[in-house]
Amino acid sequence: MLDTRRPGLAHACIAVLRRDLTLAWRQRGDMLLPVLYALIVTSLFPFALGPESALLKRIAGGAVLVTVLLAMLLALDAMFRSDIEDGSLEQLMLAPQPLALMLGMKILAHWLATALPLIVVAPVLAGMLHLPAAVTPVLLAALLLATPLLSLLGGILVALTAGTRRSGMLLALMLLPLCVPVVIFAAGALAAAQEGLPWIAPIAWLGAALVMTVVLAPLACAAALRIALDS
Amino acid sequence: MTSHSPLLEARALAFHRQDEPVFGPLDFRLDAGELMLIEGDNGSGKTTLMRILTGLLRAEEGELRWRGEPLTWDRCSGEVVFLGHQLGLKAELSARENLAFTIGLHGHRNQSGIEGALTQVGLTGYEDEPVRKLSAGQKKRVALARLLLIPAALWLLDEPYANLDRSGIQLVDALLEVHIAHGGAALVTSHGAVQFHGGEPQRIRLHA
Repeated sequence: MLDTRRPGLAHACIAVLRRDLTLAWRQRGDMLLPVLYALIVTSLFPFALGPESALLKRIAGGAVLVTVLLAMLLALDAMFRSDIEDGSLEQLMLAPQPLALMLGMKILAHWLATALPLIVVAPVLAGMLHLPAAVTPVLLAALLLATPLLSLLGGILVALTAGTRRSGMLLALMLLPLCVPVVIFAAGALAAAQEGLPWIAPIAWLGAALVMTVVLAPLACAAALRIALDS
Repeated sequence: MTSHSPLLEARALAFHRQDEPVFGPLDFRLDAGELMLIEGDNGSGKTTLMRILTGLLRAEEGELRWRGEPLTWDRCSGEVVFLGHQLGLKAELSARENLAFTIGLHGHRNQSGIEGALTQVGLTGYEDEPVRKLSAGQKKRVALARLLLIPAALWLLDEPYANLDRSGIQLVDALLEVHIAHGGAALVTSHGAVQFHGGEPQRIRLHA
């Protein structure tokens, strides 16, 4: 009867990743929304502050960073929502696979679908605000570390607020204090690079934080979602 | 060896929600090759009982044993399929893609393939249609195809007959019969009569 073939971990990870990316692709209009938002916000800065190049140059790094992180927030609360609503999450929990790892894959898919397009347009955003070309690689490095950090931290909070209605507002409030250190280190790296100072230290801090959250966040998500469904 | 202990055993199982008793205390044992029907009116706690048996919900009182060991979600994971009110299908994916995902997580019985399972549940011609476009009964059939694919010892079916037409109801009965005949076990909640030909099933009655 139980003459079966159990899929390995890698197989299961790929299954989750492929499903979530296929879903993201089928609903790619939703994927464009954060990108559009970031483009609009960035193009408004010169209108609001005046086209003075020196001023824009000074705020460019921080403005792009904050815009991208805010744009990510738009899509954040959808991370597990549909899975909870249609019962997919229950099925995922009953699967003979480690839940934390599967959720990690879901967060990765979410990052690929929402943050990666933003990182791709980030040089364009930076150019719109006259960020010196020499600083753009530092901006990209900071975003490549800061956005997954935000996805992972956001994932924990989305999982924690999963049981509640209208979790969006609660989520934004809870995420704010967690965002602050991410923004400080990323902006610190950009400011240092713009002044020609060594910028590796704040980037290294972001990297260290990312390594820690990559390990811990999926475990926290799994625990939080088990509690959310236990009601 | 735990071969003599029943697959699933409940002792004095009870559940309260905010001090209101939902059901229980219940005692039952389910062996391999047995079917158990859980009957009860709306709101009598059938779905709650099902969720406890999957391990998604914790029972405060009583004891649940899986093959003689206390039941936890990691002990029985992969050996249990749960078909609930929420079918766990992605509306934007086709039936075939949904089942491919299921197989990716659970593995599959050696002799079964997605095509065969979809044919068996009567969805030939709808394999590549997004699940969103299927009728409620057809969605249910996609979820039933999962039962054919996943290698599980215990089926927990919460209202499997809901939304199904007559041939769909016969399909569920046939699936259950084959599963039981092959040494599987199943718990089924229903408020309708079940035509089960493989012997008289056990019955539990829940009261609101």
